[in-house]
Amino acid sequence: MRHILYRLKDRYHLGTPVFQRDDLCFVTVKRFELRAILTELRDVEGFTHLTLLTAVDWIEEQQFQLTYMVNNRVANLTLALRVMLDREDATGDTIHDLWPTAATYQRELREMFGITFPGSPRVDEEFILEGWTDLPPYRRDFDTLAYSQQTYNDRPGRVTHDPKTHMQKTLYADYPKGAK
Amino acid sequence: MKDVDDKFLKNPDTEVPLREELRPRKVTTPDGQEIDIDPLRDYFCEAKPKVHPKAYSKIVEDFYNWARANSLWILGFGTGCGAIEMRPLMTPRFDAYRYGIQWRPTPRQANLLVISGYLSVKTLKRAIRAYEQMPQPKYVMGLGSCTINGGMYWDSYNTIKRLDDYLPVDMYVAGCMPRPEALLHGFMELKRVIKEGKGEGANLYAENFDQYKANQKAVIRDWDMPDYNW
Repeated sequence: MRHILYRLKDRYHLGTPVFQRDDLCFVTVKRFELRAILTELRDVEGFTHLTLLTAVDWIEEQQFQLTYMVNNRVANLTLALRVMLDREDATGDTIHDLWPTAATYQRELREMFGITFPGSPRVDEEFILEGWTDLPPYRRDFDTLAYSQQTYNDRPGRVTHDPKTHMQKTLYADYPKGAK
Repeated sequence: MKDVDDKFLKNPDTEVPLREELRPRKVTTPDGQEIDIDPLRDYFCEAKPKVHPKAYSKIVEDFYNWARANSLWILGFGTGCGAIEMRPLMTPRFDAYRYGIQWRPTPRQANLLVISGYLSVKTLKRAIRAYEQMPQPKYVMGLGSCTINGGMYWDSYNTIKRLDDYLPVDMYVAGCMPRPEALLHGFMELKRVIKEGKGEGANLYAENFDQYKANQKAVIRDWDMPDYNW
């Protein structure tokens, strides 16, 4: 894994690599170099499989992080590339011509995070949700609890017990031990 | 809003446009005739469901109810995790067939709809279609806490919390998930309810049809089917 990163580092801007395991590494790349790196990984380094493409909403930094995880089955290596996008105009670059499966991931990201990928096939069609008119539900400024309370009726009588006080009341007065 | 400490407000209800192929339009037939078609009306009967009247005498009605209770035919429609519990029920270990309960592949042949777990809005649409296509007398059973009060999906943006807002429920089986024994007990209870003449869910649906439709349309935003799918 490290020698692949050394080879890439000469020509591209790579962030500090984070090794979760010896065969699993996360590295941040620049957006305009992403396509070149992915193509090189696929065609030269043998990372033939796109394991996943997903997003993280960093609302405090006003950014979306896209994670492209690619896998080299022969050498059993997994490399994940992170790309930061501006949250305001969330537009990514489509890679459906590198891996056709990416089109499905991009449709999902379009619906759940509102990140568009211009040029990706059927990206503006509904994917899972039907008739959704609110904020994309995986964005962190979307409050699922508030939404569900405003949309679906509650049945009265539902109570929540705090486990700690419940344990103290019913089983052990000095729970957790030595609390009293 | 209780339990919610921030100011999130959902979008006011905006209209979802009808899909292109479902809009009413003019079509030229192969022999040059111009016809108006309205796909949501042309192929469906518009009559609302009717209340099924009771038999003329009590003893005949009791006989009908006894017969209804002994042929519960379930629509093989699985929503959520409860669909897994159906398999051991069908197979020799729990063998629900010995009680006259069997699974049917189409709503036209079934009279019991088992909502087996959480119901997302997308599935609710299909469940309503299936329920309305079933012939009367028909019953609905809600399985698991998800159908009762939302269960573990109490804060989900896409899962309904109370099934009886949208479909008339005759029997609930509590649990998460209920075991097949609990389901069998639920079937026995449903039989008892039907024999007592209280399995009136379909009539309730017909009586409060407008209320049920209003509830359904409040959550199913792209209503692309006729109001009654019979």
